Amino acid sequence: MAQTFQVPASPTRQGSLVPDRPNRRVSVPRSTLFEMGGSAAASICLVWLSFTVAGITGPFGFGVCALVGFFLIYGVLCRILYGAFFMRDRLATLAIWSGAFIAFVPLITVIIYVIFQGGSVLIAGFPGFLVKDFSGYTANAPVTAVGAGAAIVGTVEQVGLATVFTVPLGILTATYLVNSRNAYAKAVSYIVDAMTGSPAIIAAIVIYVLWVRPQKTDGQTGFAAALALSIMMLPIVTRTAQEVIAIVPASLKEAALALGSPQWRSILRVTLPTARVGLVTAVILGVARVAGETAPVLFTAGGHPGYNWNPFSGPQDDLPLRVYEMIFQPGVNARRDAWGVAFVLVIVVLALFLFARFVGSRKPGARRLPAPWRRFRQTAQGDAS
Amino acid sequence: MTLLAPRTDSSRLETYEDVPRPITVQPGRADRIFNAILGGSSATVLLLLAAVIVFLFYYGFPALREAGFGLFTDKTWDPDAGQFDILPLLVGSIAIALLAVAIATPISLSTALMINEYGPPRLRPWLTGVIDLLATVPSIVYGFWGLLVVSNLQAAPAKWLVHHAAFIPIFRTFNPTQQFGESIFACGLICAVTIIPIITSVSREVMAQAPRDVCEAALGLGGTRWGMVTEVILPFSRNGILGGILLGLGRGLGETMIVVLVLSPGNHLTGALLGPDGLGSVADQITENFVTSDHIASSALILLGFLLFMTTMVVNIVARLIVQRPNAAI
Repeated sequence: MAQTFQVPASPTRQGSLVPDRPNRRVSVPRSTLFEMGGSAAASICLVWLSFTVAGITGPFGFGVCALVGFFLIYGVLCRILYGAFFMRDRLATLAIWSGAFIAFVPLITVIIYVIFQGGSVLIAGFPGFLVKDFSGYTANAPVTAVGAGAAIVGTVEQVGLATVFTVPLGILTATYLVNSRNAYAKAVSYIVDAMTGSPAIIAAIVIYVLWVRPQKTDGQTGFAAALALSIMMLPIVTRTAQEVIAIVPASLKEAALALGSPQWRSILRVTLPTARVGLVTAVILGVARVAGETAPVLFTAGGHPGYNWNPFSGPQDDLPLRVYEMIFQPGVNARRDAWGVAFVLVIVVLALFLFARFVGSRKPGARRLPAPWRRFRQTAQGDAS
Repeated sequence: MTLLAPRTDSSRLETYEDVPRPITVQPGRADRIFNAILGGSSATVLLLLAAVIVFLFYYGFPALREAGFGLFTDKTWDPDAGQFDILPLLVGSIAIALLAVAIATPISLSTALMINEYGPPRLRPWLTGVIDLLATVPSIVYGFWGLLVVSNLQAAPAKWLVHHAAFIPIFRTFNPTQQFGESIFACGLICAVTIIPIITSVSREVMAQAPRDVCEAALGLGGTRWGMVTEVILPFSRNGILGGILLGLGRGLGETMIVVLVLSPGNHLTGALLGPDGLGSVADQITENFVTSDHIASSALILLGFLLFMTTMVVNIVARLIVQRPNAAI
């Protein structure tokens, strides 16, 4: 118990760092490996045999049947060898590992798929694919004739505008929600939570009817898309900023107040600067989430295939919107180009995400970036270092 | 239970430092202005919500007045003829979300347990990061991938089910063609992939809060790891898990791009989930028809949007209430 006091759990890392957790190393005995390997081989052979006899084919069905067979055979084996009590534990361990495996498979598949399908397009059209636009697209246009340049410009401008609209508002709101504990703040905080998960298509409907439709033909602009994205982004930024501001040690603010500073000064000069790193992370994560949203820009951006640098007039393109449009374009090359744009989109989003992680790994109040290798040691040892 | 007492005390002491003490400050004029600015900016969120609700209801009302109870009794979706059959759309949206949650929940829980308890501790921050990364990949990419890969992969088993298990109503197809790709089931499967990170990260965080010494005591008394999970970790984190599942349900209800890309919608109220042309989906109906529809038709679509929005808001708020409810003592 005494150890608990030596290593105080940092609120940021409560999930990953449990103070009195023993460092237990479990090695898998060789006999277990043999049992599992044997059961797996038996199951695969059995399913293959019965599929051949019954004349069924298909990788999906084969995988499912083989897995079920493996569980049954391994369960019976463990029951015979170790009894029902340990059989349950063994099967549960197996189920948990295979569940986790199933969860990680889609990510790896999606990433590999995007890299193979889209990466090749990007390389074939490099560097023109990042500069050209889709105004020259025809059903059998070569890769070198098109590019995601206009879409990149649109995404940067729309998300940038949405960031400008929402970040000050989101951070002020978050500050208020952390500092006051009345019923009003509680209600707002619940609503912010609930709105982070609201359907994206709603933002598109609202902006389309209120902003785009009254202006007839020239309503669809990058600005309208930015408004729709703002509806999505405000709750996201507020929620993350709230979490970040809440972990600033209360003692810092108390010290500022004790030194005679008024509340506004203690918030603006102590609380927010201390949370600076976390706030930057919150904003970048919000940008990454919103940059990939397709539904809000569907009716609002307009999807003009060529360059439009002015977000305030005329339809504009956008990375997710371009992917969506190319999926439904006729022509053999449409989907190939859609993968190219999707690849650019994924790269943008993942780069933002990794950057946010890197920035966020700094301690609250830190001024310089830590060396990358030190980051992980800190995670392992908590805030003791 | 007495054994637990020192632990709860220590954990209270541990967090005591960071709990803000109630401070009585005489706010000066600058403070009052500052607080008013903060309160005002937080009111924008409330205003935004109120505006969205009022707007959706105001613009959806004409369709509601015209249709009345016909919303649930009409046979087709033809707003110009005054026919609004929203039931297949709502049921379809809910079916997709429920399917997605049913598939995602066991996978997410085992992933959370693997990261926290079974996997190597050194990999824990990395695996958590990968799960967060899964949540950041745009849903249109999942939808595109699902359209080309998952939709085809599930077609063969779906066909097999239709031929051999059709005595269960959901394993039927409404349109007896040989296609099984663009179905409610395929959408649910792909939506499950996007929901897994949400349920995993919420339940993983809650599971990590389970009292470690009780876990160790369970192991020390000769229990298996599975025994520790079922007797300590799961009871402790029940509320958090339930809340995470509801958050996933909310996300599944609001999922737009996957449904638009994959589903071939119909408007028939049917229990058949395999194959195209059966149930529809609210998000898909709005996306496909909104820009081209005129007064009463667009009003009907906005009404659909209102119903979808309110459903997700209620699900999300209930989810948060459940997550934040204190856990029962073990």
